Formats: sequence, C-alpha cells, structure tokens
Amino acid sequence: MSTVSETTHDSAVAMSAPPSPDEGLTAAQRAQKYGLSQSGARPSLPEYVRQLWDRRHFISAFSSAKLTAQYSQAKLGQVWQVATPLLNALVYYLIFGLLIGTRKGVPDFVPFLVTGVFIFTFTQSSVMAGTRAISGNLGLVRALHFPRACLPISFCLMQLQQLLFSMGVLVLILLGFGQLPTWSWLLVFPALLLQFVFNTGLAMVMARLGSKTPDLAQLMPFIMRTWMYASGVMFSIDLILKGKDVPGFVEVVLNANPAAVYIDLMRFALIDSFTAQQLPPHVWAFAAGWAVLMGVVGFVYFWKAEERYGRG
Amino acid sequence: MAEQKDAAQAAEARVPTVIADELHIVYRVYGTGAGKGGATAALNRIIRRKPSAGVREVHAVKGVSFTAYRGESIGLIGSNGSGKSTLLKAVAGLLPAESGKVYTHGQPSLLGVNAALMNDLTGEKNVILGGLAMGMSREQVRERYEGIVDFSGINEKGDFISLPMRTYSSGMAARLRFSIAAAKDHDVLMIDEALATGDRSFQKRSEERIRELRKEAGTVFLVSHNNKSIRDTCDRVLWLERGELLMDGPTDEVIKAYEKESGK
Repeated sequence: MSTVSETTHDSAVAMSAPPSPDEGLTAAQRAQKYGLSQSGARPSLPEYVRQLWDRRHFISAFSSAKLTAQYSQAKLGQVWQVATPLLNALVYYLIFGLLIGTRKGVPDFVPFLVTGVFIFTFTQSSVMAGTRAISGNLGLVRALHFPRACLPISFCLMQLQQLLFSMGVLVLILLGFGQLPTWSWLLVFPALLLQFVFNTGLAMVMARLGSKTPDLAQLMPFIMRTWMYASGVMFSIDLILKGKDVPGFVEVVLNANPAAVYIDLMRFALIDSFTAQQLPPHVWAFAAGWAVLMGVVGFVYFWKAEERYGRG
Repeated sequence: MAEQKDAAQAAEARVPTVIADELHIVYRVYGTGAGKGGATAALNRIIRRKPSAGVREVHAVKGVSFTAYRGESIGLIGSNGSGKSTLLKAVAGLLPAESGKVYTHGQPSLLGVNAALMNDLTGEKNVILGGLAMGMSREQVRERYEGIVDFSGINEKGDFISLPMRTYSSGMAARLRFSIAAAKDHDVLMIDEALATGDRSFQKRSEERIRELRKEAGTVFLVSHNNKSIRDTCDRVLWLERGELLMDGPTDEVIKAYEKESGK
C-alpha cells in the first residue's frame, strides 16, 4: 500500500500544483501574503468586545427564547414564571417565619423575606446557569462560531427577565402589606443593574470552570445554599449578631458579602421600616465595587480561554 | 463540463483560503485502560493532581499539508476512522493542533452530523437565532427567513417549523441545520456527511447551493462516503488513510485509485 501511495502521491502533487509565484515561500509567509489568519486563535480583547457587541441581538433573542421555552413542557406554561418565586417565598415563610421564628424583631417580615429570597435567587440562578452555559450547550458551541461570552451573558439576561416577573409579584405583596410606593423605589434600578453586572461576571467565571469540570454543576447547589444562609436572606444579620461575642472580622465579612449588600439595598429601597441605619457602612461603594471587580475579572478570565471552549 | 470550467477559473485566480502546514492532531482519551474507574480512585487523582492513569493518545492526523484555493470544492475520502472529520475540526479551529498550523481566510464553518442546535426551541427560533449567531443582522435574518425555510423543505409536510426541534426526524434536523448554515456566504464551508440524511430532492438542492457558494468565491470541503456525490460536487479530492494524506488530486483520478484500493 505504501509504495502505491508514494508514487501516486507525488504525481498528484505535481499535477495539482503548477509552478506559481508563491513557490519557495513557507506556509506562514504565504498565509501572510494572502491575509490568512491562524485558525482557532483567540481574538484580542478589544476585538472580542467588538464581536460581542455585534452579536447583541443574538444575546437578547437567545435569552427571551430560552425564557419562553423553559416552561413550554409544563401544562400551566408561563404561569410558572410567577408561581415558582411565589411558592419559594411561601416555603421559606412557613419554615423561617412560622416554625423557627426568625421574624421576631423584624418589622414587615413578609416583604423582608420575599425581597431577600427573590434577590438571592437572581444571583443563585445566574451562577447555576453560568456553570452550565458552555457545558450544557456544546452542540451549539461546536456547530456555530460566535463569541462564547454570548452564552453566559444571555443566561444572566434571562435570569434578569425572570426576576422582573418576580418583582411584579413582589410589588403586589408590598402593596398587600401596606407598603405604598415612594421615591426610594427608584433605587431598585441602579441596584438591579449593579447586581446584574456582578452576576454576569460571576457566571462567566463559573462558565469557564464548568466547561472544564462538569462536576461543578453537582457541587454548586451546596455552595449556593451555604452562601444563602450566610447572606441574611431569611433573617436580619444585625439581629443575629447582636449580643453575641463574634470577632470583628466576621461582621465585616458578613456585611461585605455581595449577596447581602444587594439584598439590603433592595430592602432599603422598597421597605419603609428598613431604614438607612440598618444598611452596612459604604453599602453603595461595596455594591458598585463588587459589580466592577467581578464584571471585569469575570470577562477577562472567560476571554482567556475563548479558543478552548467546546473542544475535544 | 461546468466542473472543468470552474476548475479552470479557480486555477487562474489561485488565491489560497486554507493552508495546512504539517498538521498533527493528537486526541487524549481519558478513563480507558486498566485503571480503576471508581470514585475513590478519581478523588485520589484529583487530590494528587495527577492525570488519569488510563490516558491514551490517539494520533489522528499525522503531518498533513495542503493548500485550498478560492472557488475549489474539495472532497475528503478514506475509510472510517481515517481522520477526515478530525482534520475538518482542526481547520474550523475546534480542535487544537499538536504541532503544525492551519491558516484560514475568515472564519471557516463546519457542518457536522450531530451538531445539534437548540433542541428545546422551535425550528423558527432556530433559524432566527442561528442566523444572528452567525453574525447576520436582524434585517438580513428577516429577509432570508422564507428562503431558509423553503430550502430546508421542513414545511412540505405541514407546519413543522413552529414545533420544537427535538420533535424533528434526524433527516429534517440535518436539513434545517444545513439550510441555516448555507444561508450565509462563507469563505470556507465544511460539510461533514451532513447531507447524507437528507432525501434525494434535498441533496439536489444542496448540491446546487454548494455550486453557488463556490461561485461566490468560497471554498467548500465535503466529507462523504458516497463517491457519486463527491463526483457530482467536487473537482479535487484528498484521500486520507490512517491520518496520512495518501493522495491529493483531481476527483476522477483519486476516486479511481480509492475504489481500486478498497476493492469496489
């Protein structure tokens, strides 16, 4: 076989490549001459941002399509958009409000709890979706070429849209418990924007980790639950710490915790009895700082492995 | 006749679109061999940061070099496991090269057999999202939407485009995928047996589209075990065997040698 191939190979090459001006040039030189680029190389950071901006319609269309497809197999369909967060809040109310009694000392406990649950769920589901953003969409990644960061960003955008449904429910609950709209409700928007940037950054970190180690999707629920209990979702951190002998750094850590920061901001914006005194010091600085830090770090970290997603 | 004319035109221009230079690709397959596959063994490896004991290397492509030019349609033949799909994946930038390099003009697009798009979404959404993901603008997608659906022939047997893609037969899904990918003008389009599942009339349409793409100065690669479809669409053929390039030349010559070798 090999002797046959040697001879045919040579004659074929001689046939298909007539003498041309390119003869004598190496492959790299010819590639340069005709403006070819190396396949599968990572684009520069500014170029990557530009490509991503070009796909902004894809990002928004993908997230809304995924959102509507989410409950397409359920009989009640889109009702679950609203029912899921509501049922979540109800479960936590039963356990932490009625059974364990963390409501003591917290005025307006139901709005307090529901705000906490919804805002934490936003971060939680963004992280979970981010972990599976690449590993769960390998078919798409292998079939089409687009900046991979589209995927984690789309999934976070989808969670933001999901949260807006929840916020509608929250407004009804607030009104039902006698919280009337005030100007401070407008603070919801900057707070949500900052949290969205933070979530996206974190989701991009998780997307890269999850693409290499799919086991993370199994581990993440436990980490997220631990984080939830440390974030004062169903109790007031201040009240828990009060009168207990805890080291100072624990209090600092608990108050700088990004999830707690965003939850507290939202409570401050929406609930009258949650006053500025209950906010940790420098809370807006922390909220903006976490958003910028996580957003930039997450994006660069994700971009660094751009050429390796979906391989193998 | 048209084939020869195309080939003559291509020879005039001779602008390379893909250059592969001494390309080697090595797969690493984990979890094979006699190593223990249990949870404790896996944990032990993770803690010691050692690679899995059962790593096996598969040298799938061994030093392949070729240059593809504008307007060429190149067939890839060879027995199963000869490295054809691996080679295309590397050209598309989806597999890293162990050594050697691939240079391409623009971003090559690979159309694989089981490259699923978004199975939970309807065919309609898949068309729109696929177009947007390939970098088309909203207007372009809207303009070409009808054409894509008609080309795929999905709606010939009723309103299937509004059903989720998971309900499609494998032939229907493959047809829709090809139609989406072919809607864009690619510099380099690679088709990995994606047409095999389509019916005869769809194959005719796709061969027509491949010819159009070549006229628009694109280069098309086609992997197929159907020598007739290679004869119909390609003017040059690469014959791979065990990861090595055995032959590279005009279609008739290479296919004749291939058929002699494989005893057809």
